[in-house]
Amino acid sequence: METLEGLINEARGLAANELEVSRVMTICNSCRYCEGFCAVFPAMARRLEFGKSDIHYLANLCHNCGACLHACQYALPHEFAVNVPKAMATVRLQTYTDYAWPAALGTLYQRNGLTLALATAGALSLFLALVMIMRGTLLFTPLHGNFYAIFPHNTLALMFGTVFLFAMLALGIGVRRFWRTESPGPASAGAMAEASGNVLQLTYLGGGHGEGCNNADDAFTLWRRRFHHFTFYGFMLCFAATSVATLYHFFGVLEVPYPFFSLPVLLGVAGGIGLLIGPTGLLWLNLRRHPMHGDQAQKPMDRGFIVLLLVTSVTGLTLLLWRDTGAMTLLLAVHLGVVMALFLTLPYGKFAHGIYRSAALLKWAIEKRQPTKLRTADE
Amino acid sequence: MFDVLIIGGGNAALCAALMAREQGASVLLLESAPREWRGGNSQHTRNLRCMHDAPQDVLIETYPEEEYWQDLLKVTGGLTDEKLARLTIRASATCRDWMRSHGVHFQAPISGTLHVARTNAFFMGGGKALVNAYYRSAEKLGISIRYNAAVDALDIDNDGRFLAARIGTERIEARSCVLASGGFESNREWLREAWGQINGEWVADNFLIRGTRFNMGVLLKFMRDAGADMIGDPSQSHCVAIDARAPLYDGGICTRIDCVSLGVMLNKNAQRFYDEGEDFWPKRYAIWGRLVALQPGQIGYSVIDSKAIGRFMPPVFPGTKANTLHELGLLLGLDPVAFVHTIEEYNAACRVGTFDHGILDDCHTEGLTPAKTHWAQPIDQAPFYAYALRPGITFTYLGLKVDERATVHFDGKPSANLFVAGEMMAGNVLGKGYTAGVGMAIGTAFGRIAGTEAANAAGFSRQKKNNQEKVRNGDA
Repeated sequence: METLEGLINEARGLAANELEVSRVMTICNSCRYCEGFCAVFPAMARRLEFGKSDIHYLANLCHNCGACLHACQYALPHEFAVNVPKAMATVRLQTYTDYAWPAALGTLYQRNGLTLALATAGALSLFLALVMIMRGTLLFTPLHGNFYAIFPHNTLALMFGTVFLFAMLALGIGVRRFWRTESPGPASAGAMAEASGNVLQLTYLGGGHGEGCNNADDAFTLWRRRFHHFTFYGFMLCFAATSVATLYHFFGVLEVPYPFFSLPVLLGVAGGIGLLIGPTGLLWLNLRRHPMHGDQAQKPMDRGFIVLLLVTSVTGLTLLLWRDTGAMTLLLAVHLGVVMALFLTLPYGKFAHGIYRSAALLKWAIEKRQPTKLRTADE
Repeated sequence: MFDVLIIGGGNAALCAALMAREQGASVLLLESAPREWRGGNSQHTRNLRCMHDAPQDVLIETYPEEEYWQDLLKVTGGLTDEKLARLTIRASATCRDWMRSHGVHFQAPISGTLHVARTNAFFMGGGKALVNAYYRSAEKLGISIRYNAAVDALDIDNDGRFLAARIGTERIEARSCVLASGGFESNREWLREAWGQINGEWVADNFLIRGTRFNMGVLLKFMRDAGADMIGDPSQSHCVAIDARAPLYDGGICTRIDCVSLGVMLNKNAQRFYDEGEDFWPKRYAIWGRLVALQPGQIGYSVIDSKAIGRFMPPVFPGTKANTLHELGLLLGLDPVAFVHTIEEYNAACRVGTFDHGILDDCHTEGLTPAKTHWAQPIDQAPFYAYALRPGITFTYLGLKVDERATVHFDGKPSANLFVAGEMMAGNVLGKGYTAGVGMAIGTAFGRIAGTEAANAAGFSRQKKNNQEKVRNGDA
């Protein structure tokens, strides 16, 4: 691109990866062949130039589906070297880092593999150490699934409650900062319903034609959407299982161990299976992903999160199967350690993409209902 | 030996290959480009002009045969074969389901495309997505594909019968052949020769090629020298005015400059030379390349003011911007006095009524030559912007003369097994001018015909295959 343009962008205070999105979007905006694929392109078409807040908004609206890369007449080897999924992925990481709370922890995104490893090791050690302190040894006579005999319910509720609330607070503050860079105005019920629908159905992994997104090559596949659904709904079911169990405990509905055909166990098993299938599939797809999709440097973050989810479900289901044996204490400590690591890293890892993307989708649902200021005609 | 050989790798070639394979023939497709550049000019296309007598899937209202034909007659100024044109038009009404069956997706009209949703069906993701879909389908159906396979000659016997294609010393035989290897726009020497000199300048030396870098016209020249019947003027092409900073090849759609009708167009001498408000931009878009080509230095300058910002498609490169007209003239390297004078003369001639870019409005000039007949508003609101434009060739119209069976002719006699489709014969329908989506309509119609005919010539037809099956099943 023009050096003049480069200078203007520099004056606008954009980082190199944001500059790249601005450059790419300027090319896309004069082509627009991809407008049918997802929301990024109609949102782009409402703008003539791209400032920092536009760039962060569009980057989080991008689902990294890859369709626009394979359809692009300006992708490499063309000298324009347009790669929207990659440019957007790089900025998304920048977004998470910039808006993170507390700000100092934002850098954890940059070394996410290390962060995950340390969090997991740390949390595991903590729980194993707790067992040692409380019971002296890891292996006991069977406790018949009575988890609270090892860790009192209130201790667990306090520990996990604190970490979870902190994670939600950190993510909440981050996404609020993101929202306020350029608030599109108040959300109508229609906009909220549309955005929720888009989040829950992963509309934009449908390819615009319902045949799915790209993974290994220019062919479309629905498996990324399906495996993502397994992961998301599996996670939600596990979360529901924990919530129901907590309520049962407080209201004295049932005492642990819950029978297999009780609501918390059934929800947990269903969620665990979802979290077994989903992350396995996502990992398989991730390993076969076209190398030009997204930002290769972020693969450790993607895979770290996927594996942590997978380990969560595997340890959870294992615990259920062997809860009546002497291995329960060890299995419980491991499972709780993994879950704690997951909770600890929620606000500083791949999990953030869901929160920021949902916010961007809501921004788009609001924005698209507003009249456009431009009157450009196409073709 | 393959039954059918397809030479070329764009839309027409792929349509021919798929049709021939559907008839049961074995097919080899030779694409001269490497895989990452496959698809010729088709990768830069976006839509298909479609006739329809009632609203249909992605098309609104109606676009009857007669209106389509009149549109074509108007842009070509009569340089079209009515029989072949009507065949193309009718085929455009029914080909979409077949395209879909090979993985092409059309998109519902959105945002800026609404006003062409009546006449044109848009490919989701554009022409490269279409080309990808066809290649995937071709591979799935067992069509053999070779990239980096530039055919340089054919073996043709005295009766005009195809025997083999040659890539250097390699000889590839087939029972029949479809030529669909495009025009010659990437061949600078040939363009130079075709356009010749005006006032001592080699006109084509200043051209940019908006399309593929691989259309060297090797087979076109070979066929001409082999005595095939030709049609069309080598200087006629899809030639639009594009940003002078566009890449030498493959600039595609994004290098267009859409603001010509909102301002004035000046040449190197800071003079106007044509009515910028003659008609809607999509209709007049394709005339400006030729207009600029005939100006000194083959360059033009579209000048607008701030009122125009936000009313046209954003250009890929930023415009030259200045706070005064004098400064803008200087920045463009034009004589600033003449530049300001031309604009002021234009401004004074503007009779502004109710400006509306969506209709042929009543804003026009009086007493000015050439006149600007619509959307004439004074250029008086700083900052001012200008874009330098050069002719950009998308594809050429010189081609092989065909009949409705897409047969290559020698001295008026059709070849028994050599067919041609796409840009290599588009000149039969499109002698000059252009209207959006017609290139893909011709390529799809004649690609499908050529593929079917080539399979027939090789002894395959759906009819024949059905009969064979009946014999096998004991039904006949």
